[in-house]
Amino acid sequence: MFNKLFNLCSSLRLTVACLVLGCVLVFWGTLAQVHLGLYKAQNEFFRSFFIFWQPVEGGMKIPVFPGGYFLGTVLLINLLAAHLRFYKPGKRKIGIMFIHLGVVLLLVGQMLTDALSRESALHLRIGQTQNYSEAQRDYELAITDTTDRKLEKVVTVPWTLLIQHVGWVGSDRPLAVSGLPFAFHTRTFYANSDLSEKPAAGFEQISNTSGLGNGFYWRELPRETAMDHVDTPSAIIEINNAGQASGAYLVSAWFNQPQRFSYNGRNYEMALRPTRYYMPFSVSLLEFHHDDYPGTDIPRNFSSRVRVQNPQNKEDREVLIYMNNPLRYSGLTFYQASYDPDDNGSILQVVRNPSWLTPYFSCLLVGVGLVVQFLQHLIPFLKRRLAS
Amino acid sequence: MKKWIPLILAAIMAVWAFSSLYQPAETGFHTREFGRLPLLQDGRFQPFDSVARNSLLQIRTKQTLETDSNATLSATIWLIGVMMSPEQADNQKIFRIDNGEVLDLLKLPEGPKYYSFNDLRPSLDEIQKQADRIDSVDDSKRTVFETQLMKLYDSLSLYQRLKLSLKPQDTDDFAAELNAFRNSIVPGLAAVEARSAGQKFDQNAFVTFISFMDKYQAVANYALPNIIPPSDASLPRDDWENIGTNLMQAPRTGEISQPAQYYAAMVSAWRGDNPADFNQAVAQYKVWLADRFAPQVCKARQEFIFSTIQPFYKAMVIYVLALVLALCSWVNMSDWLRRSAFYLIILAWVIHTFGLVFRMYLEGRPPVTNLYSSAIFIGWAAVILGLVLEKIFRDGIGCVVASFAGFVTQIIAHNLALSGDTMEMMRAVLDTNFWLATHVVTVTLGYSSTFVAGFLAIIYVLRGVFTKTLDEETAKSLGRMVYGIVCFATLFSFVGTVLGGIWADQSWGRFWGWDPKENGALLIVLWNAAILHARWGGFMRERGLMIMAVIGNIVTSWSWFGVNMLGIGLHSYGFTRAAFCWLLLFVASQVAIILIALAPQKLWRSFHQNTSGLTA
Repeated sequence: MFNKLFNLCSSLRLTVACLVLGCVLVFWGTLAQVHLGLYKAQNEFFRSFFIFWQPVEGGMKIPVFPGGYFLGTVLLINLLAAHLRFYKPGKRKIGIMFIHLGVVLLLVGQMLTDALSRESALHLRIGQTQNYSEAQRDYELAITDTTDRKLEKVVTVPWTLLIQHVGWVGSDRPLAVSGLPFAFHTRTFYANSDLSEKPAAGFEQISNTSGLGNGFYWRELPRETAMDHVDTPSAIIEINNAGQASGAYLVSAWFNQPQRFSYNGRNYEMALRPTRYYMPFSVSLLEFHHDDYPGTDIPRNFSSRVRVQNPQNKEDREVLIYMNNPLRYSGLTFYQASYDPDDNGSILQVVRNPSWLTPYFSCLLVGVGLVVQFLQHLIPFLKRRLAS
Repeated sequence: MKKWIPLILAAIMAVWAFSSLYQPAETGFHTREFGRLPLLQDGRFQPFDSVARNSLLQIRTKQTLETDSNATLSATIWLIGVMMSPEQADNQKIFRIDNGEVLDLLKLPEGPKYYSFNDLRPSLDEIQKQADRIDSVDDSKRTVFETQLMKLYDSLSLYQRLKLSLKPQDTDDFAAELNAFRNSIVPGLAAVEARSAGQKFDQNAFVTFISFMDKYQAVANYALPNIIPPSDASLPRDDWENIGTNLMQAPRTGEISQPAQYYAAMVSAWRGDNPADFNQAVAQYKVWLADRFAPQVCKARQEFIFSTIQPFYKAMVIYVLALVLALCSWVNMSDWLRRSAFYLIILAWVIHTFGLVFRMYLEGRPPVTNLYSSAIFIGWAAVILGLVLEKIFRDGIGCVVASFAGFVTQIIAHNLALSGDTMEMMRAVLDTNFWLATHVVTVTLGYSSTFVAGFLAIIYVLRGVFTKTLDEETAKSLGRMVYGIVCFATLFSFVGTVLGGIWADQSWGRFWGWDPKENGALLIVLWNAAILHARWGGFMRERGLMIMAVIGNIVTSWSWFGVNMLGIGLHSYGFTRAAFCWLLLFVASQVAIILIALAPQKLWRSFHQNTSGLTA
């Protein structure tokens, strides 16, 4: 039984099957981007174990095709098993060894990247300094105790938790978060929403809330699936202690100021904002340049001159970040990603990816391996051919 | 005698190819000299000749123009006409309209293919009306009619801007007009000042001056190329201006710039049919430029020479000739035909290489910078592969592959060039010679070799099914060729794809983003790897290998063009609609070949008697 399984796992047939299925998957997944958008198609086809088909809206999901993770894993097992079974060390196999080692490195590296990498954005106006970057798609509810202006205490709750929390409403259990003297209810949560100050078709009036936004109109929007569109969530949060409701508030990513309220004599601010990732250093934008080629609107260059200040090691220096020339600093990489329409602000993409070097080694290994392997066959063949 | 035919043929074609380098001295108007003058357009320095060729190519899909008397006009002469005597140019039949619905809309008869501006003049409002509507329709959702109408609209706007690029609309004697303009400046400015101070002013001087300024403002708004260099070469190159903007500055200095005066003199001489004055103005302007803008003059001259030689067109003609000879050599198996084809391909490849290198030098870039140059480069690499195969196997197959690839890719390139300047500037993210030289070149080599393998497979199928020429030995060597080339393709496409990922990691921080173009490249890698593993596993023999290689053609064409047509992702810059039909046609043809290859072996003429040859 084990032998049979091992033989199947290490068979060349499985390799070919995986490669051909991979071709179909890539083709299908690319076409699907037209309707689903890059982001959703990526998650459904490539970052998944199965592609599901849902015959009825809201009904059962049936797995119909292996997804990217599945094929990648099978290919990896297949490769390792085949090496265990067939390959003996020797000069003739060295090329193959290199190639396959490179492919393994690439697959593992990409799986690690998927699991460990984090992308965020650092939006700076000229002259602004910041020590955190913001997630592009994720939000958090931040509640700040501002009673003591010198020592603000912030508690954050990821929005995914809030979305789940709405589901608990039936049981009517408020969410208690350590560090806060009160609990709260998520009364409504729209993962993507639209707000309006005037009544409009499809919009519903917000009532029974305090502070900002009472009397606003809102509506739920479908979740964004395209790469360049993001959700703008809104929610109604009700402060609650021991079953006693003490005020409900609208929080929304549309607002650029927090809700303020008091509880038991302490002052709080509450906001639904993009998730923040703090850095042990700060970045200031000194200059931003955006040039077009003369007489055209073809961009020629974008560049940001920034100042990095690290209190830990007293580092303080200026760096120029431009297209194809990122700044790598303390495990993070800063790329020139976008800019404000008035050219007075710059948006840097901040990426943390511990396995970023794997493709470099993989490319080298596979490239060398392929060259060695083919030359081993080509040279004797040419010798024979030219001799005859 | 037969021994010498191949060499003689190659020598004749070589002389023909480079004959355009020799040009007799110009009599009458020195239009070629005018064509060499530098200007700044689309962010780069180029000669008038290039603006003329690219515009005419866009409007008329050809680089030359036939007059009513069947004489051929160069693009530069056409452009001079448009800019200097537009009232005559309006009668030239240059707008190519093929779409019946567009012609119906314009109430024009179908048939002549080309129409003049005067033919279109009554319908300009209608065209504008339609274009305003279509403009809001997304590119990928436009109907054929809408696309064709927008094409005509773009051609018309280009033409009308060119008409205003050198002189104001109704000006006849431009040189005299500029004199009058200069004389109007001092009294005119005084009148303007007095008027705004509420004092009495010279009404005549005011009106004269203001009407000049209005005229030049219109030119400043519409003129396309920036033809007037800054007064000082040390100023940034952005300071080249169009003639309208330049004339608008005159009141500040009280003088009209030298270049504007030279151009005005050319206009007056051209309109007065006075070649001597025209030539003198061109010559004087050249002297003026030589002292100040030598590098730009040099760049323009070089590009002029490049366009005059037309290396890619010449190479294409020779490839066609070679293809015919090589195919003939299969019919009667004669070696001198095969050798003739071989020498001609080498000649064509040398010219092809010359063009490629010249282009790289002009652009200061690696060979592949856009879809157009990728076609040129894919052809170039495929020809090398074909020549190598021919050198090894000496059976004419390599010659057919090389000449066919060379010819077809030039045709593709020619059609891609119709959309405008092929040496456009690179957007910021692409502006890196290192990655263009490594990632783009390797990936393109991957395309090239996958196509060669696929084409060899087509030869196998067609010769096997329809002729008796595919003997066992030929079949075996084709098998080896395809296998070897697929190995090659795997190497290049894998390394190229991963290098692309690394570039992406360097530019925006992610190695892989499942962008359509990335997926296209990955597809080629996966498919080639599948072919190799299937062969090593013995899951298929010769015929299976051939069928998989033909599928490789579909995969590669999709990756090269198809993904650009999805209109999403970071690589969607090369969208071309007409290409979509061709792509479908190509895919259909490949499917047909696969179906033919699947025919039972008794239908294969080559294996009719010899059943041992076919194994699947």
